[in-house]
Amino acid sequence: MKALVTTLVLVSLAAAAAPPRVIQITARKFEFSPAEIHLRRGEHVVLELTSLDRRHGFKLPELGIRADVPPGGTARVELTPEKAGRFSFACDVFCGDGHDDMAGTLVVDP
Amino acid sequence: MHIDRRELLKLLGLGGVVLGSGLPGFSLAATGGKKPEDFFFLQLSDTHWGFSGPANPEADRTLKEVVQAVNASKARPDFVVFTGDLTHTTDDDGLRRKRMAEFKAIVSELHVPRTVFLPGEHDASLDKGQAYQEHFGALHQSFEHRGVHFVALDNVSDPSGAVGDAQIDWLKAELGKLDRDAPIVVLAHRPLFDLYPQWDWATADGAKVLSVLEPYRHLTVFYGHIHQENHRTTGHIAHHSAKSLMFPLPAPGSAPKRAPLPWDPQHPARGLGYREVDVRGKSRELGVEEYDVHGARV
Repeated sequence: MKALVTTLVLVSLAAAAAPPRVIQITARKFEFSPAEIHLRRGEHVVLELTSLDRRHGFKLPELGIRADVPPGGTARVELTPEKAGRFSFACDVFCGDGHDDMAGTLVVDP
Repeated sequence: MHIDRRELLKLLGLGGVVLGSGLPGFSLAATGGKKPEDFFFLQLSDTHWGFSGPANPEADRTLKEVVQAVNASKARPDFVVFTGDLTHTTDDDGLRRKRMAEFKAIVSELHVPRTVFLPGEHDASLDKGQAYQEHFGALHQSFEHRGVHFVALDNVSDPSGAVGDAQIDWLKAELGKLDRDAPIVVLAHRPLFDLYPQWDWATADGAKVLSVLEPYRHLTVFYGHIHQENHRTTGHIAHHSAKSLMFPLPAPGSAPKRAPLPWDPQHPARGLGYREVDVRGKSRELGVEEYDVHGARV
């Protein structure tokens, strides 16, 4: 029994220390790719946003997230969503005709 | 707090709608002791000159028709204010300037004593307002008119949609000259509050701006950007958005995307229009009337 508990604790510690899943997203006029991102509630992830052309923004207001995505650079956003649902995100740095189309959805599964 | 315009009309009676955001703080001192005269101004917004697409197959005519409608009216406004997105954006700096020159030529036909311009992100975000300033002057400004203090803010030339600390300091200094009961009208392109941030219908540092406006008891905001009427309050401050003169957009959050509503050939130019703002009496009370592109009251 003692051995089983130890094993469970070790597994649990290993899980806690596991690096977050990295989800790579590219941003360019006028789209995010992928535009729909799936993760599980409570899952620790890093959104790694890379701009392929100019400065963009990443705004996900319902989860209190916003980041600048510099031209040719990468922004990292770490999150662990505590609620399930569909959350809209959009570019919030005006990038030209088509800026209004630059949006996507983060889907947090229960 | 959301105020549905129908509810507003119902509550206040049809015609000559008196907004809950009147300016009763008017002081005779503001006009040197003279009795203030009534006046009105027009708010035209989001003309997007240069736009081309199925959302408005009459894109090259709508603005010209509105100029004709305004000129055909018997009553002359004291001024016309354009609350941004005068032109539709382009990556081509030369074409941007061409559109601005064309827009300016069209609206110069208005038979009004004065026109006031504000930038929208389509005019000013891609070059930080360079071409806009060449054609229309300062990105933000203030002026007095018949006892009312007008402040026109720029929340677009920073492409992230912020007003910025320097302009906020200027705003503090401008308002600091006024009595807390002074009648004030603030003009802007984007909403100064979080109307629907999921569609970026907000100002990045709007909360800072509102904290500067908050102490002034008789202050009203008129803005554009969202291509539809919307009436909200933050604290005691009322915010009124205007229709576009190019294409309407969906109500906040009512559609998957903020894409233009389709043109209806059975009802051309439906959802487009402009606004009259009346300033009346010693109390400098505000009233609004909404018009379609042909100048008919709606």
